[in-house]
Amino acid sequence: MPVPTTPESRRQTLFNALRVLLPAASVLTDAEDLRPFECDGLSVYRRLPLVVVLPETVAQVQAIVRLCGELEIPVVARGAGTGLSGGALPLADGVLLSLAKFNRILNVDVTNAMATVQPGVRNLAISQAVAEYDLYYAPDPSSQIACTIGGNVAENSGGVHCLKYGLTVHNILQLKMVTMEGELLTIGAETLDSPGYDLLALMTGSEGMLGIIVEVTVKLLPRPERAQVILAAFDDEVKAGEAVGAIIAAGIIPAGLEMMDKLAIQAAEDFAHAGYPRDAAAILLCELDGTNAEVSEHVMAVREVLRLSGATEVRTAVDEAERQLFWKGRKSAFPAVGRISPDYYCMDGTIPRRELPRVLRQIAMWSEEYGLPVANVFHAGDGNMHPLILFDANKPGELERTEEFGRKILTLCVEVGGTITGEHGVGMEKIDTMCVQFRSAELQQFHAVKHAFDPRGLLNPGKAVPTLHRCAEFGAMHVHHGQLSHPELERF
Amino acid sequence: MRDTDISAALQQQVQQAIQDSAQLNICGGNNKMFLGREPAGRPLDVSKHCGIINYDPRELVITARASTPMIEIEAALAESGQMLAFEPPHFGATATLGGTIACALSGARRPFTGSARDFTLGCKLLNGRGEILNFGGQVMKNVAGYDLSRLMVGAYGTLGVLLELSLKVLPRPASSQTIMFESSPGQAIAKMSALLSQPYPVDAACFHGELLHLRLSGSEQAVKHARMQLGGEMMHDCATFWREVNEHRLTLFTAAPTLYRIMVKPSTPPLDIAGKWLLSWGGAQRWLASDAPLATIREQVAKVGGHVTQFRGGDRNGNVFSPLAPAVLTLHQRLKDSLDPHGIFNRGRMYAEI
Repeated sequence: MPVPTTPESRRQTLFNALRVLLPAASVLTDAEDLRPFECDGLSVYRRLPLVVVLPETVAQVQAIVRLCGELEIPVVARGAGTGLSGGALPLADGVLLSLAKFNRILNVDVTNAMATVQPGVRNLAISQAVAEYDLYYAPDPSSQIACTIGGNVAENSGGVHCLKYGLTVHNILQLKMVTMEGELLTIGAETLDSPGYDLLALMTGSEGMLGIIVEVTVKLLPRPERAQVILAAFDDEVKAGEAVGAIIAAGIIPAGLEMMDKLAIQAAEDFAHAGYPRDAAAILLCELDGTNAEVSEHVMAVREVLRLSGATEVRTAVDEAERQLFWKGRKSAFPAVGRISPDYYCMDGTIPRRELPRVLRQIAMWSEEYGLPVANVFHAGDGNMHPLILFDANKPGELERTEEFGRKILTLCVEVGGTITGEHGVGMEKIDTMCVQFRSAELQQFHAVKHAFDPRGLLNPGKAVPTLHRCAEFGAMHVHHGQLSHPELERF
Repeated sequence: MRDTDISAALQQQVQQAIQDSAQLNICGGNNKMFLGREPAGRPLDVSKHCGIINYDPRELVITARASTPMIEIEAALAESGQMLAFEPPHFGATATLGGTIACALSGARRPFTGSARDFTLGCKLLNGRGEILNFGGQVMKNVAGYDLSRLMVGAYGTLGVLLELSLKVLPRPASSQTIMFESSPGQAIAKMSALLSQPYPVDAACFHGELLHLRLSGSEQAVKHARMQLGGEMMHDCATFWREVNEHRLTLFTAAPTLYRIMVKPSTPPLDIAGKWLLSWGGAQRWLASDAPLATIREQVAKVGGHVTQFRGGDRNGNVFSPLAPAVLTLHQRLKDSLDPHGIFNRGRMYAEI
């Protein structure tokens, strides 16, 4: 097909061709129909795509990307749209390819503890489907009711149980993906490893830049015999942070190890009535799982470590209902904070745990300086912080100041040896802070890898990896405002 | 313990190789040259690039230069009651961290706690443009940029020279015991795959001789209770047994000139190929010392959806690793070009085309 020259004729050619490939109801072009797809979970970025397509077969996906390739039209793949970094933000001149109709569980292999599912299957639906065999799928991002496994692979999603059970990358075996050239590839295998490069690892967390995932085979785990959660209160955040290290030094890897600060505790308690001590400076939630015998032994050991670490109160959930309630408070921390502030901005930096006191102190200082309160929720076991900056987007300039504050936090995370994103991805949101974490040669290497998969740069362009030009502008901007807080970091 | 950084010198040698259009054969401990296809190119000696850079047991992370000897790393971890949880085999006293990661070597614990790539968090890499790049990091959760550090695991040095690696480490289990059951290969496979969906604290499972061996690890109580529930006969000196399995020191590994590594779904019934078998990784990884030709074995294994590596011996100019689908091979070539555009590193070590 010859490439039409004017944008309008190209648009018409695309629409007509899409309506040949798909039923009319699966090609959305009216603004009203496009609206639900204008953003993902990070709603400060919104944009209507040119068209939304809802294929339901792999052959249709292949045909769509081939068509887009011929017409040089970019494609953004989307799962449930719960991502928190704008990774599924549509392009105004692009196709938004929704995988919502790929929602079937294709096979559950109980004997080999694996399941093959389509990418639009919800994370929690997998565990529900295999619950009758006492199996489950381990990664549990807090959006697990809604988020889909395809999106989990694209983002390498984590959850509160990562410390012991790993991220998405540790819990999948095989992918089928469609390249931008329309080829269907099998990556990984149903065996524990596969010949060739570890493309499965490379694809995981690649944010829809390298291929469109059309099938996922996940590893399933036996449900532990018992899980028990301990709540510990502290009158000082630093003591809570040190207790985390002390538990690990005792040779115990908890299934989950979460920390919340005062503002987060109060918001969560008002919202979920989880029984958290409202006057504590910080609480730790420590979940231990395994066999009955092991959990009993570890609960005793952890309680002792917590007491020695200066906890003012140590409580073990008396029953499953209370365990669920303790978790409900933590899992509803984001919406709870949403109730006490018109808007909040969630950061996702990860730091080596030993740097926690320094980072918390600095965040508190900036919070005062900017006049923006911060609630801290923290996957303490693996160093993944979620400071929530409270702001009001209706106040002129407050969003900009919030973003600036957020960038300072992320820059600090890099400075102390961490990363700008632990589990939410770069997407659109952190594209500029990528320039803080990586030097130009590294960014160029990322672009070269992208080029190997997608030579024409049509898959989700402009996300995840900034151009060097963009970094130069970003660096210049910061110097101009006199905000280069860490001059020792290399910039370009 | 040596502690030297020769990255500048290595960078120079790579730049020289680019100028000379030469090919380099990356050599560290020099004990894994038997793996993969025939090595080619002039040796790039990286063995002096060694030393532990950072290890803080409370962070569960160790960072070391790539040629740090495995024995040194494991000794440092053991001092703090920790370990590399993928239990890598060494295949010789000179084994280095870089070689272990480049060849993606994992041992008995792999199906239960994870592989070499699962525990890799970050790397410093010298690519084929002579650039020193950092990917991943020293933290457990990190999704900034493509995961190029895990891509290096099992790439046999074809994508660059590993300079530094950061790995997640875990506490050693407080207690460990091995129990044995007399069984046929079929019974052993059935029992091992059933254990995949049962919450026992098993961290190694293999069938050798006529015995199924299960290693139980965890807290004292966990091991004691599991032992009571599962029964079986207790094995004495089990540490030696698992080391011998890991290091291929049992006689069956050398019972024929060629040793094959066969990967299948764990529940796959015994395969009808003549030779000496050891079923490890709960049945997922099967070792076969056999005179049967590679093509015949591959054909049989393909029928059950598995793949075969000619691990030791045999024709090292052929497909030592199972051939890739054409489109996947093309992707491998393009990735190789993106990291090593002049084709300098370990050419042909994995596949003739890369």
